[in-house]
Amino acid sequence: MTLTGWALILLFTALVVLLARPLGLLMHAFYARPALPGERALYRALGVDPAIDQSWAAYAASLMVFNVLGIALLFAVLKLQGVLPLNPQRFGGVDTALAFNTAVSFVTNTNWQNYGGETTLSHFSQMAGLTVQNFLSAATGIAAAFALIRGFARRDAPGIGNFWVDVTRITLYLLLPASMVLALAYVALGVPQTLAASATATTMEGGRQVIALGPVASQLAIKMLGTNGGGFFNANSAHPFENPGALSNLIQMLSMFALGAGLTVTFGKAVGNLKQGRALLAAMLLLFLGGVTVTYAAEAAGNPVHHALGLFGGNMEGKEVRFGVAASALFASITTATSSGAVIAAHDSLTPLGGLVPMFNMQLGEVVIGGVGSGLYAVLVYAILAVFIAGLMVGRTPEYLGKKIEAREMTLSVIAIIVPPLMILSLAALACVVPAGLAGPLAKGPHGFSEILYAFTSAAANNGSAFGGLSGNTPFYNLLLALGMFVGRFGVILPVLAIAGSLAAKRTVPPGPGSFPTTGMLWVGLLAAVILIVGGLTFLPALVLGPIADQAQVAAGTLL
Amino acid sequence: MLTEIRAALRPALSLLLAATLLTGLGYPLLVTLMAQLVFPHQANGSLIEDRGHVVGSELIAQSFAGPGWFHPRPSAAGNGYDGSASSASNLAPGSKDLAAAIAARIAALRAEGMSGTAVPSDLVTASASGLDPDLSPAAALVQIPRIAAARGLPEVRVRALVAAATQWPLLGLIGEPHVNVLALNRQLAAIGAKPAR
Repeated sequence: MTLTGWALILLFTALVVLLARPLGLLMHAFYARPALPGERALYRALGVDPAIDQSWAAYAASLMVFNVLGIALLFAVLKLQGVLPLNPQRFGGVDTALAFNTAVSFVTNTNWQNYGGETTLSHFSQMAGLTVQNFLSAATGIAAAFALIRGFARRDAPGIGNFWVDVTRITLYLLLPASMVLALAYVALGVPQTLAASATATTMEGGRQVIALGPVASQLAIKMLGTNGGGFFNANSAHPFENPGALSNLIQMLSMFALGAGLTVTFGKAVGNLKQGRALLAAMLLLFLGGVTVTYAAEAAGNPVHHALGLFGGNMEGKEVRFGVAASALFASITTATSSGAVIAAHDSLTPLGGLVPMFNMQLGEVVIGGVGSGLYAVLVYAILAVFIAGLMVGRTPEYLGKKIEAREMTLSVIAIIVPPLMILSLAALACVVPAGLAGPLAKGPHGFSEILYAFTSAAANNGSAFGGLSGNTPFYNLLLALGMFVGRFGVILPVLAIAGSLAAKRTVPPGPGSFPTTGMLWVGLLAAVILIVGGLTFLPALVLGPIADQAQVAAGTLL
Repeated sequence: MLTEIRAALRPALSLLLAATLLTGLGYPLLVTLMAQLVFPHQANGSLIEDRGHVVGSELIAQSFAGPGWFHPRPSAAGNGYDGSASSASNLAPGSKDLAAAIAARIAALRAEGMSGTAVPSDLVTASASGLDPDLSPAAALVQIPRIAAARGLPEVRVRALVAAATQWPLLGLIGEPHVNVLALNRQLAAIGAKPAR
């Protein structure tokens, strides 16, 4: 590890804290303002009455219909790309299982990619298919977070807001203008933006090189900001066109954390106490910095097997020189702490401990900043669990922000917490016993198991990064991963919306002398510990069989 | 529930349509237009032209195999340096194949008379994209004896090229020191001494 490496990590964290407040207050305006300029005409065209305050059931129905139709539309675009315009490479329609997987993947904000972008998809599919869902899936996540915030902020209220208003505002007033600015900044830094398919070069040694191009910057901007993570190119943000240098890399890293961190401030403002949001952010950053330290240390220490061959320095297999070890370790932690899943290094080639942290980040339920919106609602579910545990310890009815947490909220919270691990472990176990599953991994032994475990973790946590050695483009993996992504997304959102409805209807009790304070270091520590223990206990056995056994083998010099 | 679902159909369809037009076509096409007007070089792939012919992109590694050139990092993109099929090797840290590949690359470097005993790790490992255009300064420096011998140039001359081409981190902390292989090789070509075949 180097001093400059740590300086980058601390600079990044400081910038996130600085950005959180203005962005959070901006999002609060979209959350709370009765009307924004130009809105009315839009809603009339959509057939929406913005004044309707939806019950949680109506909100959930709107969200589900919107997302299921989104999957159908994206599936159709991918299947029909052969006859649609903007297809200079003349790609045919995408294979059915792959198109289904990709449609579910982008609508659930996962962006798991079983295809190589530059070898499979037309410009139309990338723009009018994937980019659209990059916006809408991000907006869906933030909308669900808004709904849960309203659950805490309102009292005796029948509704939790209007889904159509939330999604429209977030898409058109926040994500779209921000993406415009970011996309142009990326172009200035070297990211291509053209409708041409490729350029052909005659290299200096006389060879012929076809260089894939396309509308990369516009997709990149929202891919990072919306914590989507689906790359234009197969190599994702490791591709020099998708991340030309250190500055574009810093902007991408900040984009992934910006809105998620900001939402903690939105939450604090909405419940009338900014300290409440600050405590959530503090617990997140605590867990984040712990993870970064382990990954950075493991990658900087390098691979003992390769050192024995005469090579020096950190582990550079699957990394880019312009980023180096420190930024690659930092990016790997950020992209898995959020639900982004964009990569600048091949996670499969990380050292075993370096790769354990990204996997564990996702297994914690994407609550360390997390996906845009999804990170906030998931951490609030953990907060409910933490006050419940604190309530058990002091023998009082648990309450959070003046809302009594009762049997209904606890049942729903436990469902939301248990659905992703259930998906990850059961689907990974299935893949380990059927031939179609065992055909997937590239690596042998524990690392091969890690490749399978990582895939289902990434799918159910809606992350989308991969241990890329796994051959996932088979009917078995396409369908099973799609199932993991769908249940992992909506199996959490639905109970969260039900909690929101149940909380909004409650009255608020003023804090008394016996109330457990949910600000301050004691609470931050308790919340972080609950997240770590629940995640740790659930996944420790699987992690021992995968990365930890792998680490022991590499340390002993055993090669497979 | 059925009423709520039915009520959601029209807004859902119209919002999907509007979003496809606005974010799926309007947004990327507007960005394309502005990018082509303001930053045409970057927007079209930072291509380098030599007497009207495209020789490559500043940002994309291309194959250099002759002894008189700086060699880029090993590539897992397609059959190597395929600009339309980016990829990492995705080999595991405990992979026998990876260790064998690294050992073979080190042996080849030693046979070429690489200077020094320890090997810079980026020079013998595949990059994440297969198109990494850069080398660490150390990985460029160890190649100098081979290049100088093949071109009949003094080593100090080549060393000066590397020093001049090295890019340092922004503000000393954002990024890593690196040299662009294509830029280095273009300077070698400009010096004039022909690479030995």
